[in-house]
Order: sequence, then structure tokens, then C-alpha cells
Amino acid sequence: MFHLNEEQQMIIDTVRKIAINEIEPRAAELDDTAEFPEHALKVFAENGILTPLLPAEYGGVETSFVTFAMIIEEIAKVCAASALLLIAQADGMLPILHAPDDALREKYLNRLSGDSRALTAIAATEPAAGSDLLSMKTRAVRKGDRYIINGRKCFITNGSVADFFVAYAYTDTGKGPGGISAFVIEKDFPGLNYGKNENKMGMRGSINSELIFEDLEAPAENLIGSEGEGFANLMTTLSMSRLFCAAQAVGIAQGALDHAVSYAKERVQFGKPIAALSPIQFMIADMTAAVESSRLLSYSAAQMFDEGRSREAGVQAAMAKFMASDTAMSVTTDAVQIHGGYGYMKDFPLERMMRDAKLTQIYTGTNQIMRLVAGRSILG
Amino acid sequence: MVSSWEEAMFGPTEELRMLRETVHRAAKEKIAPLAASIDEQGEFNREVEALCWDLGLLTLVLPPELGGLERDKGTALCIAVEEISKYCAASALLLIIQAVGSFPIVHGASEDLGKRILTRIRDERELVAYLVTEPSGGSDVAAVQTRAVKDNNEYVISGAKSFATNGGVASLYSVLARTSDEGGHGGLSFFVVERERSGISVGRPENKLGQRGSNTTEVTLDEVRVPVENLLGVEGQGFLLAMKDFDMSRPAVASQALGIAEGALDAMVEYATERRTFGKPIADHQMIKAILADAATLIEASRGLVYRAAALHDQGKNNTQLASMAKCFASDAAMKITTDAVQVLGGYGYTRDFPVERMFRDAKLTQIFEGTNQIQRLVIAREMLIDGRLYSI
Repeated sequence: MFHLNEEQQMIIDTVRKIAINEIEPRAAELDDTAEFPEHALKVFAENGILTPLLPAEYGGVETSFVTFAMIIEEIAKVCAASALLLIAQADGMLPILHAPDDALREKYLNRLSGDSRALTAIAATEPAAGSDLLSMKTRAVRKGDRYIINGRKCFITNGSVADFFVAYAYTDTGKGPGGISAFVIEKDFPGLNYGKNENKMGMRGSINSELIFEDLEAPAENLIGSEGEGFANLMTTLSMSRLFCAAQAVGIAQGALDHAVSYAKERVQFGKPIAALSPIQFMIADMTAAVESSRLLSYSAAQMFDEGRSREAGVQAAMAKFMASDTAMSVTTDAVQIHGGYGYMKDFPLERMMRDAKLTQIYTGTNQIMRLVAGRSILG
Repeated sequence: MVSSWEEAMFGPTEELRMLRETVHRAAKEKIAPLAASIDEQGEFNREVEALCWDLGLLTLVLPPELGGLERDKGTALCIAVEEISKYCAASALLLIIQAVGSFPIVHGASEDLGKRILTRIRDERELVAYLVTEPSGGSDVAAVQTRAVKDNNEYVISGAKSFATNGGVASLYSVLARTSDEGGHGGLSFFVVERERSGISVGRPENKLGQRGSNTTEVTLDEVRVPVENLLGVEGQGFLLAMKDFDMSRPAVASQALGIAEGALDAMVEYATERRTFGKPIADHQMIKAILADAATLIEASRGLVYRAAALHDQGKNNTQLASMAKCFASDAAMKITTDAVQVLGGYGYTRDFPVERMFRDAKLTQIFEGTNQIQRLVIAREMLIDGRLYSI
């Protein structure tokens, strides 16, 4: 159903080796120190897969959405936080890729080419604007050849380490979605300040920052498209972002499931491996079916994006996202259960996977929003 | 706050009402402010321990002449655990394990030994731990390998125990060991082992997902010698004592889960009434209402099971099936409710600045310890098929 060509297969094989050899051994430490995953950045960049969707014309490997989903899944199986790096990077790149102006695309996307370690981010969320993005308060006012931007963004993945990011602000507060504009902001623009980095329950090896804009100055040419086109630009990226989250959730779930299967075969109680007990067999069957369905739904959404069927893809991706993340939450909770007391200890990776899974139900749009998106679209 | 349904259904005594009010106030004023830092540091908190002693919560199940309650011990334990768990599950675990560890001593010790040890607990404020689980024997209690070999007027005990709550802070241990090769559930016996005896080594505290303020360790016994008097009950009675202990402890674990769930629901309601999206408090969105409604319903159902199971136990009736139902149901409910609580609080709920992520981590343990929920279902079904009835009234 989802046939990879030879080149794609090679990429996945490379990613799998990277996951096992470079990422997995440091996953626990990364969670413990809650620092930026330098080792992941290094190995992804070296292999040209920090921004896999980047088109060849900008020096990227230009994978399909299906391949990117598989890449995210492979990494997430062993370390969700490292996978988040890839997702945040895509989220920061896509709004620029969707820009109508060649100049802006060339200027920034070329900085991501080859083995570049340049980091991007997307800055939309605010303290009073999470699910309800139209409630954002950040304002951008044109002054001569620049925009002066004031406001505050929060929960921005890689916010304080991004070399450049895309920020959304109202240029005209009277127009609802038609009043929001998108800007490419570089880290050394005057007026950009960093607030705190969040102390999160899971995906701790990922920087998540407050960004404070105090008369931030952006050159006028850093406006993406025209004033008022920002919201559409944001929604396009978010419709894809939810697919990446779905793939990550599938990976987290699969990683936990793999551990649970292997533990069940080794752990002996009542004279035999617990794998011989029907409650365990039923749990594993249910977990596997849920992960497999989530994966297929995610790939199907990815394929729709690849085929340019973006409206359908956005809805399919919304369903994939809530299904896969709910699956990740229940599968990791059950995987801890299968490991019993050991699953509750930090010596084993399951409890980390359970903490990591929870975020997938929340970010890139809560599962409540995802259900509204899908339900409303289906019901017309 | 005392619920009126309790009065309607089970008619709690004045003492139980007062107990709930007292514990609730102490938990809210003295324990709640410490909960986040207790979790952050992952260390046993002596202030909380002292408070629990002061309130009489660590001698609840002892005979009345030694500090315990005259009646309704099981219900009282559940009430105290529930109220504390609303704010800090790890602190409540102290009460549960103190009761669990004391139980074999209370019910198995000879009069002399019992008086000596239990007086020690009350007067010296000594914590008790319960050493049953081993690396190769969790759900399968019969797989216990720790041996107690009789040698004249002593028993020599050797073995390794794991996941012992209070292992590093207790000075008395109730230890389950094999005294004969009878096989199956036979041949197991409980001993009380004083910490000061030589041959005992305690491992480092486990680094856990949640309930981090509770001290959990390995304890190794290397030819520890105890007088024969330290045998609790008679040889071979260990398994039965352990099962009876569960009849008391499982409702208490259920009430811990209940308290955690209630704390999470409170946090959800508070946040949902303040946080606004799309022009209104999120509590006004129907799907948030549905989450709150499901949580409240599960909590009411859990309460019913908890206090019914505890009441039956206090009346001296068989409560095994209800105890397992309560534990299984309330812990599954707590896991769902806390997962939903983080969801309702959105991105904020995922940060350590808010208490719901801690409640989510704490809830998970209640599905595992004192018998996994998989084991509980086996117990429930077994009790049904013996009698053909749910429980005796």
C-alpha cells in the first residue's frame, strides 16, 4: 500500500541505524538533563535529514510526506524529544516554503541546505491564544521600511535556540483572520527577548520557550506574502504539523509496544512467561491493532499531502492525530502496566514514554480541536 | 467536607465525621503546600510523617489499647488516605503501608510479642515496612524465595526483597519467607524483623515516575537471626495473613486513587471556569462539560465501592470481592481522570507549574501496586464463581 522506492528505503535504513546507535543510548540522559538534544541535531544535520521535506532546489533531500512520517516514527520509537526536533524544524520551514515570494524563500530556505545546523521554529501560540489562535494579541505596525512588533508568544518549541522563526501578528485588528500577517524573524533582530524555558512533564529533551517582542524590528521584506495572509499561511502549516505529531505518536506507541512484547516473553511468573497469560495476550493484541490502524491512517493522510489533496489531507491528518495520540497514551499506559513495578521505575524507559505520549494529545492542536475540525468537515 | 451521601448510605459515626474534617484541614493547610517540592526532591518528608503521627494516623489499625481506633478502622484508614491524597498521594502512601505492615503483627503476633512491638510502634513512633515482593515474585506471591530456616530457638532468614515502600525509613519489617517446601501457597510465614538486627541492608531509594515522596527500596536479608517468637501466627499461615491484609489495604489503595481523582477534578473545574477560548470559559464548551461529567460520575462510583468495601470489612464480613473491585475500578478511574485533567489544562497542564501532571504520574502506581489490576480481575471473578453471589450482606 505504501511503497517506498529505493532511495526512500535507503533513507529509512539510515534513520533506523541512527535511531538505534546514536539516539536511543542517550534518550534517558536527555530526559534527565532536559537540555537541547545537541547529539541529535549533529547526527541529523550530518546526514542531511534535519529538514527532510526541504526541496532539492534549496539543497534538501525533498522526501515525500510519507517518508517524513516514517522518519519521525523511527526516531520517536526510541526518543520522542529527538523526533520533536524534526517536527519543530519542519513547522518553521513550511510557512516560508509556502511564501509566494521567491526572494524570501531563497534567503531563508538555502540556510537550511545540506548539512546545515540552522534551526527554525513557528511562533503562533500565546498565553491567551492556544486553541483559539484568533485571540492572539501580538501586533505588528508598519513604520517606514520595517514592522514594529509587540507581544508575547509561549510554548514555542526551539524558540530560544532558533536561528530564525516565523511569527504571527495582527496587522489589522478589525479583520479577524484576514488581519493576521506572518513574519520571518531572525534571532538577532532588535527587540527580541527570551523568557523562560518550560519545565515539562515529558519530551523534556526539547526546548520550549517564551518569546517576548518589545518593539521588535523586522524588515518589511520579511513579511510573508501580503498583510492579512498570515492566518491562511498558519493554517496550512498546522494542517501538516498535526500529521507529524501523529507519526510521532505512532512511533512512541510502537516503541513502548516493542518493549512490552519483549518483556512479556522474558518475565516469568506462575511458572511461565507472562506472554503465556491470556490477559497479556489480549492487551498486546489490542495495543498492536491500535498502533497499526493509527499508522495506516497517518500514512494515508501523508499520501494525500503528497498527492496535493490538501483539504482532504488536513481532515485525514486531524483524525490520524487524535487517533494516534490517544493510542500512544493508552498503549504507553498499558506498556507500563505490563512491566509492573519495573515499569514505574526510571531504570526502564516505559515511564518516560508514557510522559512523552501525553503531549501528543495536546500539541499541534488539542484532540478536542482535532475532533471539531474533522467532525465539522464531515458534517459540512 | 463531609458528603451527605455517606450519611444516607453508611451513616458514619461522629468520630468518622470529625476524622475527615480534621484530616482534610491538616492536609489542605500543612501537606498541600509541600506537595510539589516533595515530588521535585523525591525524598521522604519527615514533617509530613510527624504530622501523621500527631494526628494518630499511623496507629489506626492497632488494637485500641495500643493507639488504634475502637471501631471502623478500615473506613477510618480510607477516609484519612482519601483526604490526604487529594493533595499529595505520596504522603497518603505512608498511611497505607504503615497499616499494611502493621497488620501481620496485629493479627499474627503472640500476646507478648504483639504488645512489645506495637507499643514500640506507638511510643517510639516507628515506621513499619512490608517485605513480600521479590525480583522474581511480584504478582506470583507463591514464588517467594526468601527462606527462614529454624535453628534451635531462632529462625535464620535470607533473601532479597524489592519495591519495599518505607524500606529505608522503617525500623520494623513484616517479612514473608518460605519456612517449608510445601509448594504453592503453603509453606510461607510472616516474621517481624527489627531493623537493628545484623544482616539487613537497604538499597538506595528507587527513582520512580510518581509518588516520589514515598521511600521505596530493596531490602536484603543475609542470614538475619530472629527469635522464634518473631514468627507471626504459625508456620504456613503467611499466605492467609497476606490475603487478609489485602482485604484491608485494597480499599485503602482505592481511596488513594479516589483522592487523587478528586484533586484532579478540582483542578479541572477551577481551570475550566477561568480559562477562556472562543469567547467563553472552556467550561461552557460541551465537550469539556462531558469530560467533567464523566470524571465526577467515576468518582461517585469509586466512592461507593471504596466505602462499601471498607464498611463490610469493619463489620467483620467477607469483603474480598468488593475490595478488589474498589481497587481496580478506582485506580482505572484515577488514571483516566488525571489523563483528562492534564488535557483540560492544555499546555499548562503539561508543565510542572501545575499540579495535574504530578497527579497523572501518581495515579499510575495505583493500577499496579497491592496487586495489579489484572490480578484484581482474577480475584473478582474467582469470588463470584465460588459463591454465585456478589457479597454477603
